[in-house]
Amino acid sequence: MSAPLLEISGLSARLRRPPHSPLLRSVSLTVAAGEVHGLVGESGAGKSTIGKAILDILPDAIELCGGTIRFAGEDLTTMPAARLRKLLGTEIALIPQDPMTALNPSRQVGSQLTDGLRLRRGLKGAALKQKAIELLRDVQIADPERVLALYPHEISGGMRQRILIAAAFSLDPKLIIADEPTTALDVTVQKEVLRMIRNMQKIHGTGVVFVTHDLGVVAQVCDRLTVLYGGMVVEQGETAAILASPSHGYTRALIDATPRHDRAGTGMQPIPAGIVADLKAQLSRYGFGPSGHV
Amino acid sequence: MRVPFLAVLPWRSLLLAMVTLFGVAVVSFVLLRVVPGDPIAMMISPGASPEDIMRLRASYGLDRSIPVQFVIWLGHAVTGDFGTSISMRQDVMHLIAGRLPATTELTLLALVIALVLGIGTAVLSTLSRRKLVGAAIENGNGILLAVPDFVWALTFVVLFGVAWQILPISGRIDPRISTDFATNFVLFEGLLRLRPAVVGDVLAHMIMPAFALALPLAAVIMRVLKGALEAEGQQDYALLAKIRGRSKLRITLQETLRNALVPTLALTGVQFTFMFGGTVIVERIFSYPGIGNLAIDAVINRDLPLIQGLILVFGLIFILINLAVEASFAMLNPRLRHG
Repeated sequence: MSAPLLEISGLSARLRRPPHSPLLRSVSLTVAAGEVHGLVGESGAGKSTIGKAILDILPDAIELCGGTIRFAGEDLTTMPAARLRKLLGTEIALIPQDPMTALNPSRQVGSQLTDGLRLRRGLKGAALKQKAIELLRDVQIADPERVLALYPHEISGGMRQRILIAAAFSLDPKLIIADEPTTALDVTVQKEVLRMIRNMQKIHGTGVVFVTHDLGVVAQVCDRLTVLYGGMVVEQGETAAILASPSHGYTRALIDATPRHDRAGTGMQPIPAGIVADLKAQLSRYGFGPSGHV
Repeated sequence: MRVPFLAVLPWRSLLLAMVTLFGVAVVSFVLLRVVPGDPIAMMISPGASPEDIMRLRASYGLDRSIPVQFVIWLGHAVTGDFGTSISMRQDVMHLIAGRLPATTELTLLALVIALVLGIGTAVLSTLSRRKLVGAAIENGNGILLAVPDFVWALTFVVLFGVAWQILPISGRIDPRISTDFATNFVLFEGLLRLRPAVVGDVLAHMIMPAFALALPLAAVIMRVLKGALEAEGQQDYALLAKIRGRSKLRITLQETLRNALVPTLALTGVQFTFMFGGTVIVERIFSYPGIGNLAIDAVINRDLPLIQGLILVFGLIFILINLAVEASFAMLNPRLRHG
């Protein structure tokens, strides 16, 4: 078997300052080429930290303290900075969480969309514009020529997110980190954006790490998933199999806490305290002690 | 959110400006006549009789009630006549107009110095990876924030005027240099007419007061801009730019600086108006012939018409600066640009 596209093994992260509260505890997962891998968990479970670690945009307060992130066989955590800068953006891209802050308010949409093509591929002039229009067509934006000259505040949140998706796919990367890409959007726009990411990913054969807290979203787009709790992997496997018969109580509880249209009337269930207490006990057995983050 | 911002802005602001100026005129007029200090007492010769004093008082209209005095003054003021200076026996507007160009050139030069220093150090400390550079800038900034303009002025005089005599310590231009200029904007006109001797001499006179005024402002600009740059650097768009492979230098100069300048500029405007207050002392120290120096003379002589005129001019300058700041927001921030 060839090396997976992304192989994270034993990844640990903690706060840089004492008491060094742990944020990730020996997380391992693999993403194959063309696979959509969901990272699921509550706030603080460490799912975004994993995404940021891959992209080398961890906040200054957080440091990695063990493990490797192998992309196509190369470890990103020990790679020379110049090589990493070259990989990021071309081979690995990000679809950010909040389309309202992910576009620079004082630059036109078009120039932000084509940053990658300009800086990395050296495209300019008419060829650049042509490519930009194609990209916007791919994400089903009508009237792309007009949109290119607009400023971010002049377009809707859904449209901004589609532009950010187009920008992420613009250099045809092998891996995309989608960090809660639909959380900030209207429910009506969410579905459309999810379908778009799924379609583009299939066409381009891109591997996707899909960070989300929403199991409904996971069911729609993810091939496989990793459930996290307190920076620890709770369960991992095929999405369909896990959603159908979760082997861990916490996953079961998460599923019950998700609103579903096909179970009208049953309502949502809060996550039972016993399961979390159980996980906490497990965490302290890892030796993280009372300073742990949960 | 699409309010026709700029379409409304000038009229509203101008109307507010008129109201503000009127308020300033009323308050200063009343205060000047209520506080102790008699302009007539400064003028009379020791042997004057009470009748002489009464006559003099009546000739300046100072024997009337304050409301009547104000109405008379306002009636003339709206036509541009702000009366005659009691101590200098000259038209108030003429006096101020003759001094204003000197102060305008001085404060603008100080503003440019403050912006260059403030923005430069803020960007430098954001970009520098070395702890030492950051710490040096941070500590230097703390000192600049703490030391007021007149202390710099006195320090410069001692250093560059006395200990190491390389700069002139008083005046605006060497009297031996002849200027046959049309305006009193000696620096600007010297630049336009390409007269290096004049420009050089004027700059030599201005450099110390300008730096004294600029350093505290530079420190404030630097502090605010650095914080804003750090906040903008954590925004998603800056992280995305980093992922797209842009260097920190490019991200700072091309992405975050422009957004970070907006809050900085608002504060710079406010602080710039304070700088006009600073000119009063700094111009005095350097015997610089501007309106700040004129203001001190006017106060010492209890020259009511001149003080009144100067207060209005200062008020007008404050208002104009604030209007300019608002207008420049639209330039930097596209969200305010479209009607």
